[in-house]
Amino acid sequence: MKTKNIAITTALAFFIIFPLAVRSDYYQHIMIIALMWVLIGSSWNLLAGYTGQVSFGHAIFFGVGAYTAGLFATKLGISAWWGMIGGGLAAMLVGLFVGWVCFRLRGPYFALATLAGGEIFRLIATNWESLTEGMVGILLIQTFRSKLPYYYIVLGLAGLCILTIHLVMKSKIGYYFVSIREDQDAAESLGINTTLYKNISLLISSFFTGIAGAFYMNYMAFIDPHIVFSLHYISIMAILVGIVGGVATIMGPAVGAFIMVGLQETFRSAFFGLAPRWTSEAHALVFGLLVIFVIMFLANGVVGDWAKIKRKVFRIKA
Amino acid sequence: MALLELKNLTKSFGGLRAVDDVSLSVEKGEIFGLIGPNGSGKTTIFNCISSFYPITSGDVVFNGSSIKGLKTHKICKLGVGRTFQVVKPLSRMTVLENITAAAFSRVNTINDAKDAALQILEFTHLVDHKDKLARSLPIGGRKRLEIARALATRPQLLLLDETAAGLTPSELDEAILLINKIRESGITILIVEHIMKVIMTISDRIHAINFGRSIAEGTPREVANNPEVIKAYLGDSYAQG
Repeated sequence: MKTKNIAITTALAFFIIFPLAVRSDYYQHIMIIALMWVLIGSSWNLLAGYTGQVSFGHAIFFGVGAYTAGLFATKLGISAWWGMIGGGLAAMLVGLFVGWVCFRLRGPYFALATLAGGEIFRLIATNWESLTEGMVGILLIQTFRSKLPYYYIVLGLAGLCILTIHLVMKSKIGYYFVSIREDQDAAESLGINTTLYKNISLLISSFFTGIAGAFYMNYMAFIDPHIVFSLHYISIMAILVGIVGGVATIMGPAVGAFIMVGLQETFRSAFFGLAPRWTSEAHALVFGLLVIFVIMFLANGVVGDWAKIKRKVFRIKA
Repeated sequence: MALLELKNLTKSFGGLRAVDDVSLSVEKGEIFGLIGPNGSGKTTIFNCISSFYPITSGDVVFNGSSIKGLKTHKICKLGVGRTFQVVKPLSRMTVLENITAAAFSRVNTINDAKDAALQILEFTHLVDHKDKLARSLPIGGRKRLEIARALATRPQLLLLDETAAGLTPSELDEAILLINKIRESGITILIVEHIMKVIMTISDRIHAINFGRSIAEGTPREVANNPEVIKAYLGDSYAQG
């Protein structure tokens, strides 16, 4: 317990000091994006990792959150920052609908239904031009020129999300989530209203993902349907973050987020300009190989199999 | 007063009548056995009582009111606990966590649930295994965990579905002791069992079915000597003797 507290304090101190010590806009930007993925990955993990309802459609909630914030500004003329609450709530509302439709299905069928759901939302956002401006997207003016406010906002959100999930998982609700994942019929026979608790999990998950979307709108100041409702860049990325870091662990998605964003950025910049340009096109290939590697050798992710990594890689005996 | 009554219970799967017009009534405090050859509809009856299957016709009455059509989790809350023939442990949870999850059906705080779970662990002699993952238990332990988990929902009526199948002889004796202990604690038991040693020694009354229909009911001795029952189990040529 002691070492755990020290680790948490050190990590917190590092994240609080980081942008003050590293003044580079570029590295601050990477950290902001990684922290945003901590938020999304942790939310995905609550539903998929702990409750066993694997979503391939988290872009739905991200996109709805982002568009809510954007439309607040363009249609209602209020600050897009109201989207930080409104986007979360809108994503929850959409989550209720998605749950109502998709929770009739179990396992892979649920996953496929969410995948289809994500594409439906992307097409709606693309074609409902009178509301969303379609592929033109929504362009705002950033509130802050400095990256510091964005950094601390997203750091706070990521911390809040992890803390919430930590507390939920120690309560009755958490026990019920895991029971549902392990065996839905057994859970039902133990007096667990599985439909209700799957929806609770989905609502918490969609709320935080929606907030992440609203944050993205405020921070990047530009969205279009192919960015925020993207299967590839949002839904699949959320799964990768969870799997690489470790599903059903509190810190797994946080670690996974930094690994994945780090890798993505390394490839996007063609190894920071050191490698030939074509390498930047190879990230999908490498992500694919990474998933195969993780599933074969680290089925519980970096955090879930940390003891194994210590033993095999660093030769530390437990 | 009857705790559980099945009234002309019928369950069809397409053209197959898996349970055909079965009526029985389980009195408070007794151990009521349900027997029948493989595929005769015993587990289907359990699944109808706990509402895993919708009932085709007839009624299930618990404590004087119909529970037909209620959701499975509501039936648990009303006081009907059940085990599964093919055990369903919450594999990647420890034994203690399995039972704690079940105990949450009656309490809300983690401390109360853990206390209740520890009592059940003591009662079912699983306390030494409490920190093991459920999937690491051998079959005897898993069967016991099924019972412990059902008990943690504090049922008035416990449905035991072949909890003795696959046990070693010494485990069988322990299972019989445990089932008697559960009855003494005031819980009514409806038990499906193939192992005659178990069902004949512990049941107060036995109801026999074959091809989904009732063929006999009475004390264990009466049922064992009933020609219809012998015919169902052994075939026509043994029924005369």
